Amino acid sequence: MATLTLNNVKKSFGKTDVIHGVSIDVEDGEFIVIVGPSGCGKSTLLRMVAGLETITDGEVQIGGRRVNEEEPMARDIAMVFQNYALYPHMSVFDNMAYGLKIAKVPRSEIEQRVAQAAKLLQLEPYLQRKPRELSGGQRQRVAMGRAIVRKPAVFLFDEPLSNLDAKLRVQMRLEIRALQRELGVTSLYVTHDQVEAMTMADRMIVMNGGVADQIGKPLEVYANPATEFVAGFIGSPPTNFITGDLLGRSSEIKLGVRPEHMRLAETGAMQARATYCEALGAETLVHLICEDGTQVTVRQDAAASFPEEGSLVGLEWDARHEMRFDASGRRC
Amino acid sequence: MAEQTGMVEKRGAGLWLTHLGLIIGVAFIFFPIWLAFVASTVSQPEIVRPPMPLLPGDQFFENYSKALTAGINAPVALMLGNSLFMALGIAIGKIAISLLSAFAIVYFKFPGKKLFFWLIFLTLMLPVEVRIVPTYEVIANFGMLNSYQGLILPLIASATATFLFRQFFMTVPDELAEAARVDGAGPMRFFFDILLPMSRTNIAALFVILFIYGWNQYLWPLLITTDPSMNTIVMGIKQMFPSGDDIADWPVIMATSILAMVPPVLVVVGMQKLFIRGLVESEK
Amino acid sequence: MEKRVKFKGIWLPLLLVLPQILITAIFFFYPAGQAIWQSLFIPDPFGLSMQWVGLGNFEYLLSDRYYRASFITTAVFSILVTVVSMGVALYLAILADRLIKGSGTYRTLLIWPYAVAPAVAGVLWLFMFNTRVGVVTWYLGLLGYDWNHVLNEGEAMGLVVVASAWGRISYNFLFFLAGLQAIPRSVIEAAAIDGAHFWTRFRTIVFPLLSPTTFFLLVVNIIYAFFETFGVIHTITSGGPQQATTILVYKVYSDGFVGQDLGSSAAQSVILLVIVSLLTVIQFKYIERRVHY
Repeated sequence: MATLTLNNVKKSFGKTDVIHGVSIDVEDGEFIVIVGPSGCGKSTLLRMVAGLETITDGEVQIGGRRVNEEEPMARDIAMVFQNYALYPHMSVFDNMAYGLKIAKVPRSEIEQRVAQAAKLLQLEPYLQRKPRELSGGQRQRVAMGRAIVRKPAVFLFDEPLSNLDAKLRVQMRLEIRALQRELGVTSLYVTHDQVEAMTMADRMIVMNGGVADQIGKPLEVYANPATEFVAGFIGSPPTNFITGDLLGRSSEIKLGVRPEHMRLAETGAMQARATYCEALGAETLVHLICEDGTQVTVRQDAAASFPEEGSLVGLEWDARHEMRFDASGRRC
Repeated sequence: MAEQTGMVEKRGAGLWLTHLGLIIGVAFIFFPIWLAFVASTVSQPEIVRPPMPLLPGDQFFENYSKALTAGINAPVALMLGNSLFMALGIAIGKIAISLLSAFAIVYFKFPGKKLFFWLIFLTLMLPVEVRIVPTYEVIANFGMLNSYQGLILPLIASATATFLFRQFFMTVPDELAEAARVDGAGPMRFFFDILLPMSRTNIAALFVILFIYGWNQYLWPLLITTDPSMNTIVMGIKQMFPSGDDIADWPVIMATSILAMVPPVLVVVGMQKLFIRGLVESEK
Repeated sequence: MEKRVKFKGIWLPLLLVLPQILITAIFFFYPAGQAIWQSLFIPDPFGLSMQWVGLGNFEYLLSDRYYRASFITTAVFSILVTVVSMGVALYLAILADRLIKGSGTYRTLLIWPYAVAPAVAGVLWLFMFNTRVGVVTWYLGLLGYDWNHVLNEGEAMGLVVVASAWGRISYNFLFFLAGLQAIPRSVIEAAAIDGAHFWTRFRTIVFPLLSPTTFFLLVVNIIYAFFETFGVIHTITSGGPQQATTILVYKVYSDGFVGQDLGSSAAQSVILLVIVSLLTVIQFKYIERRVHY
């Protein structure tokens, strides 16, 4: 168990910079989620911590020790891959034991550690099976087991749930989180799914184009996004963005208002035409289109009445819920 | 289902005609071999007074034991051993050097990689038949005439296997190598513990093809084995024909021909799936 | 296409490619270079020194009646072998493809002559057509036909063609059958519904869809007929009668090893080298196309 520090970590491939300098101090036992759209550099960042990519500039420390030049195995980390990367010809037991065998851990201890992990992950009946004889969720658990048996200082997860179906994904994300709490291992978890990030993270890093736009606790990030990108990426349905001139204000400024903070009204700050209402049961999403073509969504209680499609309605919101972004996308 | 296929597939008389056509084809394929088998079970006088019988005789053990133990120039058992050694040497040697170099090409960056790649690319498809005289001289200079090294080494120089393994390694997910690195496996450990076991089917399929390739070599052993005790069986058969007007010992020659066919045919039929896979992949 | 993962190190990969480099350099590049070099010389009658003749060997070869005849022989031989073996194989593959049950059994029965060495195939056919003891010769004699491939050039050519094609049928059959089975049944059924009869279907749908396989087999079979039939010819006719079955590869052998004319043999090797390279390029163009589509 250890702390993990990234100090202005940069990565470039040739002349292309893909990571522009990320810094974070991860506390012992903390669960950090790196979230962002594909191509934002989140996986590259994780792989740099793992030692699978070289670090162009900056420093990675694990337990206070610089590991930039260390081989992956010397970094005291374990990694769970997106496609699990299980060795197809080895049994579940051998998959989990492989790293320990290489580290020349005594046979009895290997057996004991694998048995422990198998018990924790409910894999005991499957130890002699090959990966292809397992379901997606079971393979996922084996990949976890392989990470656990090594008792690493840091867990690294690279989109571990993206190959599972929606239902299993919800279940596994609870399991991973529970497991991590129980083991108390510092974790770095990469995903493109903001729901995963919101529900799992102690703190999250929202990445955009190789830059960490914001680092913070999920609810803080949600309530107080640092950039237009973060406001749009975190939360579903996404934040509504309205240019200032629609409201008779400076066109330099963009306003962001979350769907749950917008209300339909007789008159309001602005008018929009209702296009479609999605009644989801507990709530209803009303989709509207503004006069300049901007689409906005209002989330309201299912009990509230919703407008007829095609009708013109007013929109209003409280000023405290208004997020203002300047031309560069920063809060102002 | 039945109605749909009925339109494309003949029934009744048409079906029987289809079978008949195929049976004629099979008979055409089988006839020469059947005749050889019959000839290997009858006595010499029965053959030299044509027409020879078309059903097997009772000389099976006499002919085969004569062939195996005495042969004509050398016991056929010895030639079978030579062929086996040569075929195994070529198959294993080719697979071994190809696995290693494909591993280096796919998993490493090293100076001269491009050059190396193009050099072996050039050797694709260029059979030994084209360069027999100078290759013969090389072998002679090394003193490898009438030796297993001489039989095997020149036939190992070919790129098809290297390309096949390269192709396969490219399809192995990157994450497996990364997982192995995280598990602390170095390159050779990864090669032996993970890549090799994963390549088992490919290796086996290629082995079938290369074994037959090696077993059936003719020109090369003909050139470099002048000592009858080094003859391979496929080339040795021709050596059993007498020069001049003497009558050939047909029963023994045909028994030898059958013996020369049995190992590769067993390999092909026994490992049909692997064989077809190997054939299709090595030609891709 | 490149792997994302690279292991570190320079000496290890070099060590790994070393065996192949050595083998290829010693037994491939050096002899090929020697062939090119030797093709520019003729040895003196005592074999003590070599005299530079430039392209003289080539000029001599191309004006040599026998060599030019060998070219024609090779062309005739390869075309016949290719046509016969592919024709029979296609015919059998179409029949087997029409069966819903049992095509696997026929496949098993038909593929294994692939394992029979060309030289052995030569001996088998020689035995059947042997002028003294051959069964087929004898029955032909009953019919009043006097078979003698030892003297008759046409019969000699026919025999080596059939023996060479015979062993090749399995290979072509396998590829044709795979090609036919890869054609979606629905396409053929659609044509049947459109009223196309078997031959029309075959001509307008099956054959065009099969053309990549056919083209591939064409090149591969020509290469086979050029080089791998040496065993057949050596066992059955030894190139005779009157060089009627002396194909190019056979001539390299007989001039180089039997006739000891190293310069000429080397020049012939170089010409063969060029031919193979051309065929290989054609084949690769084709493979490239197949990769892209």
